[in-house]
Amino acid sequence: MIERGHHDMGGQPAGKVERTEHDYPEWERRVDAMVQLLRTRRKITVDELRKNIEALPPEAYDRLSYYEKWISSLTQTLIQRGVITSDELGRKMEQVEQRAKAG
Amino acid sequence: MNDQGAYKPFTYYQLMETSLRELLVEKGILSDEQVNAEVAAMRARQPERGARVVARAWTEAAYKKRLLANATAACEELGLEIPGLHLVAVENTPQVHNAIVCTLCSCYPRVLLGIPPDWYKSRNYRSRMVREPRAVLAEFGLRIPDGTQIRVHDSTADMRYLVLPMRPKGTEDWDEARLAGIVTRDAMIGVAVPTVTGG
Repeated sequence: MIERGHHDMGGQPAGKVERTEHDYPEWERRVDAMVQLLRTRRKITVDELRKNIEALPPEAYDRLSYYEKWISSLTQTLIQRGVITSDELGRKMEQVEQRAKAG
Repeated sequence: MNDQGAYKPFTYYQLMETSLRELLVEKGILSDEQVNAEVAAMRARQPERGARVVARAWTEAAYKKRLLANATAACEELGLEIPGLHLVAVENTPQVHNAIVCTLCSCYPRVLLGIPPDWYKSRNYRSRMVREPRAVLAEFGLRIPDGTQIRVHDSTADMRYLVLPMRPKGTEDWDEARLAGIVTRDAMIGVAVPTVTGG
């Protein structure tokens, strides 16, 4: 039997729908923008993004916010594609964090 | 909007966003201007776009026919770009009420309605909408008569749906612009119906 993926929740029992909305902060909008731009430039496909979101461990899938999942998946996709390396990203993140601390 | 360069304390994922963007700019794959322009274009995509389509279909029978036959082409007629996806308009009638969901993730007619609301992406909506739509719609304050069938459309990355609601009674002498004013986002998702008061 094929096990049902964690993301494949159609028809499963769940609670009342909370009609939540939020105004998307700029960083979330930029994640969305990067995804759209990279799609139209054929650097990524929506299927790769979805695959990498679905590959998140169930605990992370539930804990991460929507755009946190998107940025994780986008980054993973670009590493898989060889557009960036994880070393490069690690160095850049360190650099940006240092810059943030320095104010 | 420009908060780039103002490096306040980040969450881990915000840090990832800034870092990835800077790397892509350094590699010449994207520019900050392009990202900013895309964000601005995204802000311009609001449910008013979908409302224009619905109002046109309500006032022009031939347009409605074309919309139901090929929604992608019918939207493009109004100058709305539908890049690379199959859009399907589903018509509400006294016999059938339509609603949309994406059980696997968050597919949504973004070109017509903008970014989906949080609840559309929530576990509770995605799980239950396909199993007990009548109960879910009641939670939205929408009671569908027992004699009306509810049809729930599960969206995919390549196929998106738009609900064409029923034109409410009392709007017979309204023009297209006024009609568009009562077509809400939720009515085009199918969790609400338009009313003459626009509520």
